[in-house]
Amino acid sequence: MSAVLVFFDAVDGSLSSGQQELLTLAASLGEAHVVTGAADPSEALAFDGVEVVWTGESEISAPDPALVDLLETAVRESGADVVLGTDSADSTDALARLAVRLEAGLITDAVGVDGDASSGATSLTVHKSVLAGGYTTSAQVTSGPAVITVRPNSVEAALSAGAAPEVTALPVSASSSGVEVLGRTELEASERPALTEARVVVAGGRGMDGNFGPLEELADELGAAIGASRAATDAGWIDHAAQVGQTGVTVSPQLYLSAGISGAVQQRAGMQTAQTIVAINKDEDAPVFEIADFGVVGDLFEVIPQMLEELRRRKT
Amino acid sequence: MAESAAATPLHIIVLVKWVPDYQLERRIAEDRRMDRSGGVLSELDEYPLEAALQIREAAERPVRVSALTLGPSGASASAKKALQIGADDAFHLTDDALAGADVAATSVALRGAVEQAFATGDEETEAVRLVLTGMASEDGETSAVPAQLAERLGVALVTNATGISLEGDAVVVDRISASEQQKVRADLPAVVSVTDQANDPRYPNFKAIMAAKKKTTTSWALSEVGLTADDVASRTQVTAAAPRPPREAGEVITDEGDAGKRIVEFLAKERVL
Repeated sequence: MSAVLVFFDAVDGSLSSGQQELLTLAASLGEAHVVTGAADPSEALAFDGVEVVWTGESEISAPDPALVDLLETAVRESGADVVLGTDSADSTDALARLAVRLEAGLITDAVGVDGDASSGATSLTVHKSVLAGGYTTSAQVTSGPAVITVRPNSVEAALSAGAAPEVTALPVSASSSGVEVLGRTELEASERPALTEARVVVAGGRGMDGNFGPLEELADELGAAIGASRAATDAGWIDHAAQVGQTGVTVSPQLYLSAGISGAVQQRAGMQTAQTIVAINKDEDAPVFEIADFGVVGDLFEVIPQMLEELRRRKT
Repeated sequence: MAESAAATPLHIIVLVKWVPDYQLERRIAEDRRMDRSGGVLSELDEYPLEAALQIREAAERPVRVSALTLGPSGASASAKKALQIGADDAFHLTDDALAGADVAATSVALRGAVEQAFATGDEETEAVRLVLTGMASEDGETSAVPAQLAERLGVALVTNATGISLEGDAVVVDRISASEQQKVRADLPAVVSVTDQANDPRYPNFKAIMAAKKKTTTSWALSEVGLTADDVASRTQVTAAAPRPPREAGEVITDEGDAGKRIVEFLAKERVL
């Protein structure tokens, strides 16, 4: 079987759902090999079918360009004709540079990849959702290897636990050439899933009127991530990173619950590929109702507490 | 700070893209390429332009800000808008061979144009060089062009800047990665992509619009930046493109005191709980 090289720009204690989806996709195309700049990734990668893991001689983290050297070396060692990564910024940066070095075709933000790596990079069909979900396209690379980043929530993760794989260090070390890191601050760790990877997103807009409390409670009850419209982030009610829309994050969760968001084009561009959309808005003419599978014209400060009560009642 | 840094001029090139207006209907034509018959300056490119203008205003050295756009003839509108906002001059690379260019082809063409633009002008031969871009284009949204351009130019890359300042012949950038906030320093030349969190872009005022009429936009074909059609061959091809069926409106109810319960019932029925 042909090797499919999977790149993780970071590996924390355990793989994120997006990373697990990527391994699942790789295994469907060939034999999954992993390369990462992370130190000691072995425990997090203890899955059936993951036997080949490459790292550098020391930890290498973005934006260190040595990550590109590591990737290039791993492609040569594994003989992989297909390289997959998540669509995070750090991952895209490294893979885009790799593609230049390999003179390879780069396709970003895929929602699916079909084919068999052993038939060659150019035989794969890569599916995308473009123009804010307005079109679906299929694409191929015309020059291998195929370097592809994949959007979270695109495939169902199906991995079974296995032995911790052996890790091989490649002769690449962290460098400080070009870009020097002067300081790092961990972003506040959240108990909630990452917005782009979450199965459920609850989002609030202008109608929250500065009070995201009820929505946060609902998010915790549903195990959801919190999103927001641009109006809410611009008002400073919630961190900018929560912005869903044309200039923010694009999400395709199973369920998107929209509260107090009118649903103008800017917002729709970031969420209209969600599987199910539920909307609460007090304006019956809000455009969000044109795309909602279930809509409630009402006061979200009454509807959401009742939802919470009902969800908790059903649990007991 | 070194004495020499204060005296050396700085030349900033800001990449600006002419994109289909996302507020209107955007479409992919039958040749599976974006319909580029109309467009606007990508909103996300106003942030790197503002960053460049702020650097120019704060610097105690000569700073020249050039806008560079790649696209069909209509794309000159985005160069013009950049001039009205405050760029000193503009360049427009346009060639039929660039229609449908993928990331690889775009970054090859941009490398040629960036090098040519840096070489244009009298005092620029000694100038320190910086390329600023937006965090993504609003149409292709690959976010991969800055990285490929930096790799091809052989210069440092810093993406996702939420703040940028000049320190001698280096830039100090605040950036966000998935898990952390970083402060990094990159020696120039460098390519830096700037997010919509970095600043509040200015609007062109009447005076700036009048002043822009005196500024120059230089148009180039590929051959004028030392490239051939073969150099800008895409490494990917789109084999199919279909509009996604529009979402249909579902049931909309007016709250009669039980809407919270009814949403939960709906979620249970759809098995999304």
